[in-house]
Amino acid sequence: MFIVNFLSAFGRYLMLMGRTFSLPERWRMFLKQYVKELTQLGVDSIGIVLLISFFIGAVICIQIKLNIASPWMPNFTTGYTTREIMVLEFSSSIMCLILSGKVGSNIASEIGTMRVTQQIDALEIMGVNSASFLILPKIMGLMTMIPCLVVFSMAAGFIGAYASALVGIVSVDDLTIGLQHDFRQWFIWMSMIKSFVFAFIIASVSSFYGYTVEGGSFDVGKASTDAVVRSSMLILFADIFLTPLLS
Amino acid sequence: MIEIKHLYKSFEDREVLRDINAVFQEGKTNLIIGQSGSGKTVLMKNIVGLFQPDRGEILYDGRDFVKMTKREKVLIRREMGMIFQSAALFDSMSVLENVMFPLDMFSDKNEADRIKRAKFCLDRVNLAGAEEKFPGEISGGMQKRVAIARAIALNPKYLFCDEPNSGLDPKTSLVIDDLIHSITEEYKMTTIINTHDMNSVMGIGENIIYICEGRMEWQGNKDQIMTSTNERLNSFIFASDLFRKVKEANS
Repeated sequence: MFIVNFLSAFGRYLMLMGRTFSLPERWRMFLKQYVKELTQLGVDSIGIVLLISFFIGAVICIQIKLNIASPWMPNFTTGYTTREIMVLEFSSSIMCLILSGKVGSNIASEIGTMRVTQQIDALEIMGVNSASFLILPKIMGLMTMIPCLVVFSMAAGFIGAYASALVGIVSVDDLTIGLQHDFRQWFIWMSMIKSFVFAFIIASVSSFYGYTVEGGSFDVGKASTDAVVRSSMLILFADIFLTPLLS
Repeated sequence: MIEIKHLYKSFEDREVLRDINAVFQEGKTNLIIGQSGSGKTVLMKNIVGLFQPDRGEILYDGRDFVKMTKREKVLIRREMGMIFQSAALFDSMSVLENVMFPLDMFSDKNEADRIKRAKFCLDRVNLAGAEEKFPGEISGGMQKRVAIARAIALNPKYLFCDEPNSGLDPKTSLVIDDLIHSITEEYKMTTIINTHDMNSVMGIGENIIYICEGRMEWQGNKDQIMTSTNERLNSFIFASDLFRKVKEANS
């Protein structure tokens, strides 16, 4: 039964994506929606990304220095490990898990509310491909902005680590040497490629749950929750699959 | 003109529409009336293509909508305007942006002309001055008028109204009815209205179709409806004391 439900949902998801990825009726309107989504989904998330990354960068640095570092490890271990955690996993995977909650629930509830108030029916009656009009700008907008947010997250994390150095937990010189030690540019690209995939998952899965809502406000709330849970699970599965592939 | 021939529609094993045959006349205000749950909204959703009928034909000026390709349906839809029960305005857009939306999507006019057309439509429904407001900031009656303005922006041939007076006071309902009727005459549209409001029936019902338990029970006009001998129709119309008293006074 679970497999039947899963396959049925997956089939409906693929059909919806088929309708979504069609040429826009009016490029002018698509660009207007795209820019709106860049702001709503991306720019409005900068604050929370910077805040969380700053504090997590600081906490990681403190934890490693106080609980993991030992005299037989080099002094730059703290900076090096902080960088690797932020670049390899936190700024891409964990940040996207956080954004799947903020952005995913926003997308699912916006589209779900449009469904239950017949706004999507109104679009269909006008001859507009509602899936393409509503969902494609969200997918493209999030796939544009999330790699940028990943870079901001990394930078904020490093600044957080330096903040912990300011209170004397680790020395600034050791931190700087550690952050620069054995730096591999590919890890940044790897992180951005993973975030690109995660952005697609968040936008498409949340849009699917919103678009297929039936019922009233209770069902919109349930769809919003399901969107966050499912997209989080898929992000984790994708992470496990992509990490060895890209490494 | 829109013609329905032998239309059937079921959901799972429940038959909602059975052998519906009806003609909706061009340039007239056509009403579909019936009790709640009789199949009025399902019939309208079949006509506009939101549902696919199990059997039957839906002819738009002789062209069978059911058999059309996706592309042909999209083109026919651009000749349609629809007013939903809840108005269905896009709440992230202002009143002017809502009315301009179909023009932005499908009109080849420049922006100044599109704005001019949208303002003309808003003026036609007596909402000049409300352009910058958002749907959440205006009353239910005003929302319905914005919906009407949006529906007529592209000069449609067919206008569909799903319970346009739902949730409105009697005075505002009359305003909406008159607006729909005058626009139908002015632009020679084929207008179909779903309603169970007898005031609308007696006010603007030029061609009335009564649906009962998924079947078309009666067709006529507002003059014939009061003198019909159809028992089911009479039990629906004269369920209200007011109409019973009017009939007694007339007879």
